[in-house]
Amino acid sequence: MFDFSILFASVLNGLTSGAVYALVALGLTLIYGVLHIINFAHGAALMVAMYGVYELYSKLGIDPYVALPFLVLGMFLLGYALQRVIINHASHGKDENILLVTLGLAIVLENLALLFFKSDTRTIDTAYSLTTIAIGPAFIALPKLIAFAGALVVSAILMLLVSGTDLGRAIRAISKEKQGAKLMGIHVEHIYAMSFGIGLACLGAAACFLLPTYYVNPQVGSGFVLIAFTIVVLGGMGSFSGALIGGLLIGVVESLGGLYLGESLGQIGIFIIFIVVLLFRPQGLFGARA
Amino acid sequence: MKSLLGIAALAIGVGLLPLFVESGVWINFVMMTLYAALLAQAWNILGGFGGQFSFGHALFFGFGAYTQAIAQLQWGFNPWVALTMAGFVSGAVGLGVGALTFRYGLKGSYFALVTLAFAEVFRILAVSVPFTGAGVGMMIPLKESVSNLQFESRVGFMYVILGLLVAAMLVTWWLQNSKFGAYLQAVRDNEYAAQAIGVNPFRVKLGAIALSGAFMGWAGAFYLQVFQYIDPSIAFGPHTSVEALVAAIVGGLGTLWGPLLGALALHLLSDLTRNLFGSLPGINMVIYGSMLIVIVMFLPRGIAGIGLSVTRLWRGKRG
Repeated sequence: MFDFSILFASVLNGLTSGAVYALVALGLTLIYGVLHIINFAHGAALMVAMYGVYELYSKLGIDPYVALPFLVLGMFLLGYALQRVIINHASHGKDENILLVTLGLAIVLENLALLFFKSDTRTIDTAYSLTTIAIGPAFIALPKLIAFAGALVVSAILMLLVSGTDLGRAIRAISKEKQGAKLMGIHVEHIYAMSFGIGLACLGAAACFLLPTYYVNPQVGSGFVLIAFTIVVLGGMGSFSGALIGGLLIGVVESLGGLYLGESLGQIGIFIIFIVVLLFRPQGLFGARA
Repeated sequence: MKSLLGIAALAIGVGLLPLFVESGVWINFVMMTLYAALLAQAWNILGGFGGQFSFGHALFFGFGAYTQAIAQLQWGFNPWVALTMAGFVSGAVGLGVGALTFRYGLKGSYFALVTLAFAEVFRILAVSVPFTGAGVGMMIPLKESVSNLQFESRVGFMYVILGLLVAAMLVTWWLQNSKFGAYLQAVRDNEYAAQAIGVNPFRVKLGAIALSGAFMGWAGAFYLQVFQYIDPSIAFGPHTSVEALVAAIVGGLGTLWGPLLGALALHLLSDLTRNLFGSLPGINMVIYGSMLIVIVMFLPRGIAGIGLSVTRLWRGKRG
C-alpha cells in the first residue's frame, strides 16, 4: 500500500526533527573541529538544558521561546566553565583522557538528574503545543515548524560567526594549526573554552525548540547523542555544512524507518548507517579523504 | 614469579575466607567485588594492554548472558556447559567486531563510538526479536544444585567468580610475560613503529579483543546464574560498559592488580555512600562518574600507579 500523503507527511516530519538534530550536531562538530575530541557529555548537556526549559516553564511560567536567550547564555557559561576548569586540566596531553573525562561528565550529569528529577518522563503543555498547520496534504505541528526555522537560523548565525568574526578566525586557526595559532598570540585555552561554550549554547537553543513537542527524562540525551554522532560522522568531522545536510538526512531516514519498520527497529537504521559510515568512510560522505 | 605468587595468595586467601567469615553480607560484598574486578580485568586486556578504549563492552557481556540463558532454556544444555560456551561465543563476537573495526583502522574516539553503537544495535535487536524474550527478558528457574550451577549460599558463587577472575589474571600475567603481550603493548605505544619491526597490529589487536570479549562473556554468564534474570537493557545497556571501564581506569591501566584495586575502591565507596545516604537511584553512577573524572585529572595512572611510584622512589633511593 503506497500512500503519497503519508510519505509526504513523514518526510516533512523528518525534516523538522532533522533540523534540530542538525543543531545538536553543529555544536558537537564545532567542538570536534577545534578540540579534536568527541564530547561524550553532549547528550547529557542537552538533557540539562531541557530540564532548564522545563523548570522555567513549570515553576516560573516562562515560555520556552522567551527562555531561549537565557538558556543559550546559561549553557554557554556552563560549557566555558567545564572546559576551562575540568576538561582542560584532565588531558595531560592525551586525547583519550578528554574522551574519558567527557564520558565521566555525562555519567555524573545524567545520574544527578536521576537523583533530583527521578526517572519520570515530563512534558510541558503550551497553548500552541497542539496547533497544526496544513502544508499540501500534510498537517504539521506549529512548534515543529518553528523548530525547523529556528534551527536553520541558529545554524546560519553560527556559520557567520565562524566565517566572519575574529573569534571565528581564531577558532579556525586553532583547528588547523594549534602551535602556529599560539605563536600568533591567540589565547588557545580561551578559544578552546569559547568553542566548548558555543557548542553547548547550540544545545540551549535546541532544548527550547524541542520541548514544546518533545519530552524530557534523565536518559533523553543518550538518544540524541548517538544521532548527533551519526550526523557528525556522516557529514565529516568538523564540517558545518556536512552537519546540516547530515542532520536533515538522518531526520528523514529516522522518520521513514519508523514508518516502515516500526518505532524500535526504525532506530536501528540510524545505527547501521553510523557503523557502516564509520567503517567504510570515516571521513564522512562530504569530507575529503584524510 | 612474584606476580604468580600474588595471584596464588589471592586465590588461597579468598578461598579460605568462608572459614572465618560467616556473614552473608560480607561474602556477598566479596563476590560482587570479584565480579566487578573480572569486568575491569576483561576491559583492561583490550583497553589497558591494547590501548583500544571500548565504550561498549556490554556487547560481550550481553552475548555471554544471553548465551547462558538460551543454551539452558531453549537448547537444554547443562549450565556448566553453557558457561563454557558463553565465553567462546563472546570471544567470537569480539573477533567479528575486531575484524570489522581494526581492518578499517578505527582508533581512539572512532573505536569508542563504534563499540558503543554495536552495543546499542544489539540492545534494540534483543528488544525486537522473540528468541531473547524481547523486552520482557529471560528468567531461569530456581533449581539449587552444584550440577545446576546454582548454590544455596553466595559462597558457591564466590568460588565460581574467584576461579574466573584468577583465570583472567593469569591471562593478564601472560600478557606481561609473553611475546604476544609485548607485541600488544608495542602496538599500543606506537603502532607504526611496531609495524616497522614486523608486528602485525591487526592480528595482535584481534587477539586482544577476542580474549577481552571472552572474559566479558563469562562475566555475563555468571551474572545470569546469580541473578537468574536478564533483559536487553541489563545485558547491552551502558551500565556494564561503564562499570568495567571505570574500575579498570581507577585501578590503573595495563597493570595486573589495578582492576582488582579499582573494583575494590569503587565498591567500598558505593557501599559507604549507601550506608550514609540510603540507596538513592543513580547515586552509584554519580560516584563512578566522579571517580573517573577525579582519577583522570589527578591520577592518570590509577591507584596502582601510586604503588608503582613509591616502589620506584624506594629503588631509586637505594640505587
